[in-house]
Amino acid sequence: MVDIKGVFKTYNQKSVIDGVSLTIEKGTITSFIGPNGAGKSTLISMISRLITKDEGVITIDGEDITKAKNNELAKKISILKQSNAINLRLTIRELVSFGRFPYSQGKLKKDDWEKVDEAIDYMELREIQDKYLDELSGGQRQRAHIAMVIAQDTEYILLDEPLNNLDMRHSVQIMKTLRRLVDELDKTILIVIHDINFASCYSDQIVALKNGKIVKQGPTCDVIDECVLKDIYDMDIDIKKINDNRICVFYA
Amino acid sequence: MKIRYLVLIVIVLSISSVFIGVSNIAPWDIFNLSADQLEILMISRIPRLISILIAGMSMSICGLIMQQLSRNKFVSPTTAGTLDSARLGVLVALMVFTSASPMQKMLVSFLFALIGTFVFMKILEKIKLKDAIFIPLVGLMFGNIISSLATFFAYKNDLIQNMSSWMQGDFSMIMSGNYELMYASIPILIIAYLFANKFTIAGMGEDFSKNLGLNYRQVVNIGLIIVALVTASVVLTVGVIPFLGLIIPNIVTIYQGDHLKKSLLHTALLGAVFVLACDMIGRLIIYPYEIPISLTVGVIGSGIFIYLLLRRKKYGL
Amino acid sequence: MGYKKKTIILAVITVLLALLYICYDLKGNIGYILPRRIMKVVAIILTGSAIAFSTTVFMTITNNRILTPSILGLDSLYLLIQTFIIFMFGSQSLVMMSSNINYFVSIGIMVLFSLVLYRFLFKGEKNNIYFLLLIGMILGTFFGSFTDFMQVLIDPNEFMVARDRMFASVNNVNSDLVYLSLGLIVLAAIYFMRFYKYLDVLALGKHEAINLGVPYDYVVKRLLIIVAILISIATALIGPITFLGLLVVNVAYEFLKTYRHFYLIIGSVLISIIALLGGQFLVEEIFTFETTVSVIINFVGGVYFIYLLLKENKSW
Repeated sequence: MVDIKGVFKTYNQKSVIDGVSLTIEKGTITSFIGPNGAGKSTLISMISRLITKDEGVITIDGEDITKAKNNELAKKISILKQSNAINLRLTIRELVSFGRFPYSQGKLKKDDWEKVDEAIDYMELREIQDKYLDELSGGQRQRAHIAMVIAQDTEYILLDEPLNNLDMRHSVQIMKTLRRLVDELDKTILIVIHDINFASCYSDQIVALKNGKIVKQGPTCDVIDECVLKDIYDMDIDIKKINDNRICVFYA
Repeated sequence: MKIRYLVLIVIVLSISSVFIGVSNIAPWDIFNLSADQLEILMISRIPRLISILIAGMSMSICGLIMQQLSRNKFVSPTTAGTLDSARLGVLVALMVFTSASPMQKMLVSFLFALIGTFVFMKILEKIKLKDAIFIPLVGLMFGNIISSLATFFAYKNDLIQNMSSWMQGDFSMIMSGNYELMYASIPILIIAYLFANKFTIAGMGEDFSKNLGLNYRQVVNIGLIIVALVTASVVLTVGVIPFLGLIIPNIVTIYQGDHLKKSLLHTALLGAVFVLACDMIGRLIIYPYEIPISLTVGVIGSGIFIYLLLRRKKYGL
Repeated sequence: MGYKKKTIILAVITVLLALLYICYDLKGNIGYILPRRIMKVVAIILTGSAIAFSTTVFMTITNNRILTPSILGLDSLYLLIQTFIIFMFGSQSLVMMSSNINYFVSIGIMVLFSLVLYRFLFKGEKNNIYFLLLIGMILGTFFGSFTDFMQVLIDPNEFMVARDRMFASVNNVNSDLVYLSLGLIVLAAIYFMRFYKYLDVLALGKHEAINLGVPYDYVVKRLLIIVAILISIATALIGPITFLGLLVVNVAYEFLKTYRHFYLIIGSVLISIIALLGGQFLVEEIFTFETTVSVIINFVGGVYFIYLLLKENKSW
């Protein structure tokens, strides 16, 4: 369980996260939505300790993340940021093997390599596993990074806009994989996402942020609601039910 | 700050600058100068004043042009290898033509400054990481490399101490007869003023300028030629004055904003004020001896630059 | 050819070159020349290793192959210290003053300077490493202004002594200092061992490193201190060679084509020793001491670096 209590963050006297409290249950997909500059990425980066918070407490399974040991935390929670500008010449397999660092400290044993193989197979990267990252397409690279996160084998997985720059087919593929990770491997996933229809179709819970504050949180069906969405985005959004999914129509 | 206050400060400082020096000339002597005094004024004091004014104005404007073209607040002749290239040029001129005339030195030095700056701009295009701080870092490294090439040749020809001495910015050697090269900067500065708007547009990038119907390459090249010419003439007559092109435009931006045509005059005047003030400090602090201008500007300039860096978020630099 | 094989080849070349240097044209008073040559080789191995090692680590921390620890301003500080001593006390003092004192004073001031710099800039959260470097570099220019000023004032004869200090040279290393440096470098290496495992991960970038459980700030600060100490030792032992690190680490990357720091470090250390030995050999046999090894290496390193910058490269 991720428990966030009264978290604040300011940059240059500008408040980015303004008193957020939130609880996230295990075994769910939680989507963070909201307009640009709402503080979604900042919040998710703070949960994964990439950014320090100014005030408040964040605990994971009851343990304060500022007090936990770095290495232990890395076995529990992992994050995939939106810009993955790794400038090393690595193959997919080498990248995925870095996911085992918290367990092996760089000296991979047999069962570490097994986990690496599992992760590669899970993301269906077996055939191209010896290709270098700079030879891959955007979708393949994103899958390679997700494979690394899977190899890290953490209970909590945080993703910051994983669908950026991906076409429709790859986006659906990634979202389906995330759903499988939750359903089959019992992971807990937190995801920052711009496309509210993906959020609507794949998540269990949605947290809507605006100006650093939570506007609404709750089960997907409660948040994907015309009144709530108007509140968040300041525009009229029509909601249609198609095959049991709530789809937002706002293009025209 | 209004232009007219800046002009006033320049005039006051200029007048005081003329009356500082070992041989005493007081302002009230001005109408009944002795022959000696007149000679000192004409041969030393006034040439010195003129070269200070021109050097201060033109180096600051060079910095401004480079910052506009590269869209980076921390690029200047000091941080783009221009100064070091001009220096290498002077050295090469001395090695090739054993008794090089000022014109020959100027030409070679100009060519080197131009090539050096051009190579730096090429490097800028190649670098992926456009971090505002990373770029001047690369520029300073580039400058170090150029000066290590200069060292290579200077060492072989036993010119190291000479190089230190004639490369150090120093106004005390300025006399009528050896500073006239500085006048070359004046028409160049007028051209810079005429091109001001075009530099601003070119700074927005190649696609942006083409979209507005501007010949991007041509404008950039003109900018680089101006910078190289001015730098070469200043390096040859005065020596290296570091940081000038870096700090003056940035101070002007803080109170004046970014529009080049508006800030050009401010930059020129503030540059003149700054160099005049530094020169007077250098002349007074260990009177009757002098501290060279490169040291006073180097010390005060690096202090201001670090201050600007630390506060850059606040000023939006 | 794999990077393991290539590393072995480098090692073989290094040993052969060292033997060639020691034995080439060995005649005359062997009892005098041989120990001197061996001492020079040891000094070269020490400085070469210290510089190559610290540059590799530094480039990994900064995630960048353009920057070298030489731009922290330590070189200029060293020159300022040396020039200042000559300026204040005359060149005789450098001869009179036991070189051990000079060595310790120089190292002490340089390490102190970098500690103050780190402390000042890592205070608070804005620990942008490029920022640190730019400040270091500006301070370097600042020291340089003073050095230039004093050099002009120094008497030309005295200046010859100052000039020798400006350029790294192994021609007159003091054997006491070589042993001292050896001890210090070994100590630094032992301290480094516990951070070694983090290097490959640090190369992925700050966020990835934190994500994989590296105590980032703690490790980076300590690594930077090790880097500063090693650069100071190398500089105080033979003098500043600004672009040696830049040259050899980039050659190591291009030649070995691996991201594994175990091989990168060994490779760049070996290349660095090869470059220094080769350079020194050239200086003695071809230039007959007309130039110094640091001038040659800065020249070659500088040209190579500009070539690298202009070449299309993904990692910048």
